[in-house]
Amino acid sequence: MERLQYEVEARGAATARKPVLVGVTASGNCEVLVEAGGAPERCAIDVHTAAQGFGPIWQAVLRDFGERHAAGGLKIEIHDVGATPAVVSLRLDQALEAWEDDDA
Amino acid sequence: MRKRFFEASARERVHGVVDTDSFHEFLPPEARVSSPHMVMLEQPAAFDDGIVVGAATLDGRPVLVAAQEGAFLGGAIGEVHGAKLVGLIERARAERPAAVVILFDSGGVRLHEANAGLIAVSEIIRAVLGARAEGLRFIGLIGGAGGCFGGTGLIARCCDALVMSEEGRLAMSGPEVIETVRGVEEFDSRDRALVWRVTGGKHRYLLGEADAFVEDDIEAFRAAAIHLLDTPAEFSLESVEREHARLAERWQRFGSSTDAPEIWQALGVPADADVAMMNADEFVAMAAHCPGRNA
Amino acid sequence: MKRDEILKALFPAGWEPTALEHDYLEGRASVGGTMVTVIGTAERVEVGADLALRMAAAVLATVRNRPGEAILFLLDTQGQRLRRRDELLGLNGYMAHLAKCVEIARGRGHVILSVVYGEAVSGGYLTTGMMADACYALGDAEIKVMNLPALARITKLPLERVEVLAQRSPVFSPGVANYHRMGHLRAVWSDDHGQGLADTLADALAELRAMDVADRRIDGRIAAGAARGGRTMAAMVVERVRSDA
Repeated sequence: MERLQYEVEARGAATARKPVLVGVTASGNCEVLVEAGGAPERCAIDVHTAAQGFGPIWQAVLRDFGERHAAGGLKIEIHDVGATPAVVSLRLDQALEAWEDDDA
Repeated sequence: MRKRFFEASARERVHGVVDTDSFHEFLPPEARVSSPHMVMLEQPAAFDDGIVVGAATLDGRPVLVAAQEGAFLGGAIGEVHGAKLVGLIERARAERPAAVVILFDSGGVRLHEANAGLIAVSEIIRAVLGARAEGLRFIGLIGGAGGCFGGTGLIARCCDALVMSEEGRLAMSGPEVIETVRGVEEFDSRDRALVWRVTGGKHRYLLGEADAFVEDDIEAFRAAAIHLLDTPAEFSLESVEREHARLAERWQRFGSSTDAPEIWQALGVPADADVAMMNADEFVAMAAHCPGRNA
Repeated sequence: MKRDEILKALFPAGWEPTALEHDYLEGRASVGGTMVTVIGTAERVEVGADLALRMAAAVLATVRNRPGEAILFLLDTQGQRLRRRDELLGLNGYMAHLAKCVEIARGRGHVILSVVYGEAVSGGYLTTGMMADACYALGDAEIKVMNLPALARITKLPLERVEVLAQRSPVFSPGVANYHRMGHLRAVWSDDHGQGLADTLADALAELRAMDVADRRIDGRIAAGAARGGRTMAAMVVERVRSDA
């Protein structure tokens, strides 16, 4: 197990609302919990992963995520069991989509 | 549009089964009440420890609901997972909802915390039966990818009524366990048709182990659960004596059977019936004409 | 202990068996001056559909014919029977039926006690001994789900590491002491005092008889596990699910 903590720059301040969970802690998959909290221009991401030594890849995936989404002011926590970068990106997209959906 | 129960997550199932927007979760993921033991074994945890519990309405009536997430460690029961169910049942004893609805998807005791899981299963069984003795109703739904095995298979059969789909599987030991211990001749776990005949929803329904049979569709599970809110439910010396007579008769008649079709035909399924190919409506209609189906 | 040793230790004046077979026993015995129903397994027997049914019949017969008589389970079982035939007939349904019979007995005022004197494994224990008002085990008995090498395989952790962790936590390694610490066993009975075991049983029975039915129906194992430090989360989780808005 490895714990990685990141803070990426992200635009847009999300409004405070109910937390969202997508995905599941299962082999090749990950679960992503999104909550409001933190500085409005930054997104804090806390990763618990079963796969050791993938820090640089997480960094790249998460930086890309911050550029693509208005995730400022969000706190994200991930439980990962060896999901590929593509799966992680997909889950993050789904999580943000659910977050924005629920805004209605 | 049909939404498959089999493939859905625990939360998707709960939201689809209960009335729209009526679900309120207790100890939701953001409460981060997960297993302390998985962390100790350096295994990834789940925010909700693989089970969703909460309150909702079903056809306008108050229910308490639990749904196991079969994708997380096979939905297996550990200390926290089990305690969430026990807590929900205790809550039901105080609140007296129309029913406690449990969406089973679990292989049984979580081996990573085996002692805690085994004790928890026995506590859930005692809680379910204790609550039933006080008149509470328990409805189980089985149709997830993980099936319903081991201790979870026992909990399920302590409910008042079970709803199963063809894809749902219900048994004590999984075929893999039996094959590992007794050999492939005893139970070939890769023979999918055999596994389906022995543990699947159609066999369990014909045998009288399941009370309703539905298509693999969340809406169909919902309709069956609503129907079961008002069917007779009894837990008394007389009801267990009746069940005893049924089980004794089954053992007497089929104790030397080795496969399901011979049992089906003895129960009245026509010899030329292609049970595997029937859709839910055809199958239920056929079963209704089986004199031996002791449901 | 073996079957004949435990019977002799618990019932030094003898008992009245109605069945005394290689791997099963049933009958009545006097404990502290009153008669109890005895239902037991032996020789690490596997619990199949037929045995579950047989034990259920014994429980129901006591409820019908001897209202209020205490029921004592004496257990030595390696778990559920691993046969396709049993699964075909719905083994889980047969075992659950036994649990229901025990619950019905409890509700009608029968005190239920269980003693593991040999081995108790998973499915063979869940709907028999684990359903009792109070569960006991002898010091040299074994209660388990699986052994440590199997656990190491499943968790993909080295066996040495699992063995070290097992010293620190009662949660996954076999052993009656762990089941006591986690609140499941009311007590572990030392088995080296012959005549003493009969008195221990009589005391346990008297203690349960002194409680009223409503109190006996409360499952106190989660609270006991918390008090003994063996289950740190369960009590808090139950309380929060029960009372959270």
